[in-house]
Amino acid sequence: MIEAKHHIPNEILVAYSTGTLPEAFSIIVACHISLCDKCRVEVEALDAVGGAILTNQEKIDVDEDSFLKTMELISNSNEKILETEKSSKSIYPNPLKNYIGHSEDEIKWKPIGGGIKQSILFNNKDASARLLSIPAGMELPDHSHKGLEMTMVLQGAFSDEVAHFERGDIEIGDDKLTHTPKADPGELCICLVATQAPLVFNNWLPKILQPFIRI
Amino acid sequence: MILDHIFNHDPIVATQRYYCMQIQFVIPSDFKLRSFQLSFSHLINAKEKNNTTYMNKSFADNWSNCIKKLSEDRDVHAFRELFNYFSPRIKSFLLKSGGSVSQAEECMQEAMASVWQKAHMFDPTKASAATWIFTIARNKQLDAIRKIRRPEPEDLPWMESKQDDPSESLILQEEQKNLAFAVSKLPKKQRLLIEKAFYGDLSHSKISELTDLPLGTVKSRIRLSIERLRKELGKEI
Repeated sequence: MIEAKHHIPNEILVAYSTGTLPEAFSIIVACHISLCDKCRVEVEALDAVGGAILTNQEKIDVDEDSFLKTMELISNSNEKILETEKSSKSIYPNPLKNYIGHSEDEIKWKPIGGGIKQSILFNNKDASARLLSIPAGMELPDHSHKGLEMTMVLQGAFSDEVAHFERGDIEIGDDKLTHTPKADPGELCICLVATQAPLVFNNWLPKILQPFIRI
Repeated sequence: MILDHIFNHDPIVATQRYYCMQIQFVIPSDFKLRSFQLSFSHLINAKEKNNTTYMNKSFADNWSNCIKKLSEDRDVHAFRELFNYFSPRIKSFLLKSGGSVSQAEECMQEAMASVWQKAHMFDPTKASAATWIFTIARNKQLDAIRKIRRPEPEDLPWMESKQDDPSESLILQEEQKNLAFAVSKLPKKQRLLIEKAFYGDLSHSKISELTDLPLGTVKSRIRLSIERLRKELGKEI
């Protein structure tokens, strides 16, 4: 566990808990709350609201053979015992395993210029998620964003006009933010970045985030 | 002093927080009153008045005991009890989340089968039975009906020894009961908003209105439980 200083806005956590957040952003939420207990508490409390809503449901009829069919499902499934997974020893939290493979050696890095490398983990019509590797002390060209961008530091640290970000920290950017991130000297900076697909204009994320991004 | 802190911030946020505090302050006292009334009305016909069984005193803990029996002894009767209570509610939840009747039935059966298979992973000091079963049903629903993948965080492996701490789990199960009650007693507009969010049916701009949930005590309980797990994990390493 680490003490992150920059957390995930509540709206994003609600969208994650209720299952309406695009997968690329959910990857970051899952990674962040693997490290940050403050946000994990928020998510688990929202799950408890889900539990409350389930408890308060009116009962409706289930099929007559419902119980038998469920028992059949159970007996057909070999009673496999699911074990809890040990927490990750590498800089990559467990939720990334489904995207990078079980070892960090499997990550396919591609140079994109200036010593910076990236590896695209996930991409669909809503949003994409990638790893960025920035050499120590390197400055990224200043850039703005077309949609919502969410960054989490996995290793090293960087600074921009907004703040200094270390392992576990989250930076949220949108079309109002133009910044020049610079990796700290001394250590390679590896970040997990989710970006909305640039061609989606009417997406909801920037709108709900506006109050938070006016930093 | 607390109010100073609140009102030093953005007025809209401050109003929301103030409202949130109001709810947290008002509801607990309401609980006491309600449970006082209920201890009598329960003897008469509380169940008829309100068909939600959380009125029953041992209700919440009963479900976590059922899961424990299921995990330890593969006790079919315990499973049947869980099934009778949760399956009609899960099906109702799934229907409201956009599934067809047959999808909701099928998905509910799969969720209940997972309850059986994952019973040994249930930690009553960390989540109530209802919350735990909700997360299973939600994940099945995302998989099967809404076709969305939702990565899960790393597990916090729980310690066998904690199983023998009935007071902690009892408190948590009771608090879940209180939360269910608090949610059912929220102003209608707000309650519908929260429900819609969980049915995946809330226009996203409205999600930001969901700031005043009555979650104070639940959060502090979860925080304690996570802190304890982290400490235990630290000792192991």
